[in-house]
Amino acid sequence: MRQFFYLVVFWVAWQAAAQADLTIEITEGVEGALPIAVVPFGWQGKAQPPQDVAGIIAADLHRSGRFKTLPQVDMLARPTRGEQVEFRDWRGLGVDNLVVGHIQPSGTSGYVVRFQLFDVYRGEQLIGYSIPTTGPNLRRTAHRIADLIYEKLMGVPGAFATRIAYITSVRQGDGPERIDLRIADADGYNPQTIVSSSEPLLSPAWSPDGRKLAYVSFEQGQSAIYVQEVFTGQRRKLTSYKGINGAPAWSPDGRKLAMALSKGGNLDIYVLDLATHKLKQLTHHYAIDTEPAWSPDGRQIVFTSDRGGKPQIYRIPSYGGPAERVTFQNPYNARASYSPDGKLLALVTREDGNYRIAVQDLESGVMQVLSQGSLDESPSFAPNSSMIIYASKAGYRGVLAAVSVDGRVRQRLALQEGDVREPVWSPYEK
Amino acid sequence: MNRFLTILFAIGLSLLMLSGCSSTPSREGGAEVTEQSTGAQTGAGATTSAASQGEAWTGDPLQNPNSLLATRVIYFDFDQSNVRMDYRDVISAHAEYLATHPDVTVRLEGHADERGTREYNLALGEQRAMAVRSLLMAEGVADNQIVVVSYGEERPASYEHNEEAWALNRRVELVY
Repeated sequence: MRQFFYLVVFWVAWQAAAQADLTIEITEGVEGALPIAVVPFGWQGKAQPPQDVAGIIAADLHRSGRFKTLPQVDMLARPTRGEQVEFRDWRGLGVDNLVVGHIQPSGTSGYVVRFQLFDVYRGEQLIGYSIPTTGPNLRRTAHRIADLIYEKLMGVPGAFATRIAYITSVRQGDGPERIDLRIADADGYNPQTIVSSSEPLLSPAWSPDGRKLAYVSFEQGQSAIYVQEVFTGQRRKLTSYKGINGAPAWSPDGRKLAMALSKGGNLDIYVLDLATHKLKQLTHHYAIDTEPAWSPDGRQIVFTSDRGGKPQIYRIPSYGGPAERVTFQNPYNARASYSPDGKLLALVTREDGNYRIAVQDLESGVMQVLSQGSLDESPSFAPNSSMIIYASKAGYRGVLAAVSVDGRVRQRLALQEGDVREPVWSPYEK
Repeated sequence: MNRFLTILFAIGLSLLMLSGCSSTPSREGGAEVTEQSTGAQTGAGATTSAASQGEAWTGDPLQNPNSLLATRVIYFDFDQSNVRMDYRDVISAHAEYLATHPDVTVRLEGHADERGTREYNLALGEQRAMAVRSLLMAEGVADNQIVVVSYGEERPASYEHNEEAWALNRRVELVY
């Protein structure tokens, strides 16, 4: 009995290093999802290949909700090169597209991954690439291949080779809470804790180059804004003024941080120049002004303000000027952010007492509610503007969910323990 | 609740005192017995004293479980940051204590319930704490005796997701 216990503990610990922290369930898929087969890649090497590249690609495509992937057991043949493909076999299985490939070792620790994407009905290759990579980057390469396939077939770039950051909270019974800021691949693999605290952490924000995270930490007894380099762990405290230091938001050029500070007596939007450390106050209203977010061209900032009585979204020129109201539907609208293509705002809206995720078309002003929970919050666009990840509740637990911007594809990501919240999708890494 | 108990206690002690001594002044020999508001002498040399809030408790007022100062949490209505009338006495008691102990600081920790966005709730928590701060300062507490921190919805008193829990979370805590 004792032996079994030790074995389980060891196994879980070892698994945790590689295993997904988040499990993803598709709750609603798109009708007319594209049927595709991703054949297990060939391997020319001695030991086992370190990653199931085809499996990663298939999982990515399936997770987007726009593809129906053929299970490996149904595959009648396992071609690894175009010359080996009998299109007749695949037409019979009802797949529109086929992906084949193989991995070769290269040098002492490298690999070359080759793949080809075919149109099964026309019997033609659509794309084919040969990608050199290394062991630690093999998962990333698989995600990049999924991105290439997605872009070719959907006409829109994929967002599989990206990361998410999120906050987790674990409490042992009535004991103290442990709050972590973690990052993971967009499929939930390789979770890494980058900050662990017994005091609140909130509002993580990726820098535009995907290499830094700004966040709010209460580790010194009150809120302060920190910036941390994700790959080195180096961090510095940016602001710890009297009152609230909150809601950090990077300008698109990465040179400035908008934030909410109450050092002037009430919460207002400020912009901090990261090079000169000069602070510019943007709003000068006695109401609560918070949750700033930059437009992709850097010229506007949207923010939450209750200057009209209840929280609504307003917009102000990023160099200063008058604020104008942007949302007019529902009695509560907050935490807006621009889609990377500049066409939509994602935000939290309250309808009939339920807090839900909505998008507002910036041109028409039309708002569409996308989620169905009662305590949904923290929406964040994927860098290809096609999906929004957000925080929701499943029963009493905090979970992450994702929804396509047209509302047709819905997924849930569940952490194995504790609460997950405040997800932010990284930009494309530069 | 505390105030009610205190009044009961005071009434009870007063009754005890009245039963033990004469109700009218009398002269016996050269001794003069007079009734005083804070004390009275009975014939046999025992002294009793009337109860009043400060004098029954001889320790640190902050530790007196029957004092208004024992109330350290102020609750708020949904979406409101103004202090309800039924908490004004509590605030006055804290203000009086702080004003008479200028070396003591109080930390006002503001909170909000979980509904709505986190950063906006940080602001709501701060507004509530600032409302308490304003009332304290209006009654003579110095600015440097007060520290204001908002935790928004991050440190709930109750982790449930219902009206009772939300009511318990909309609060300002006075931490000495």
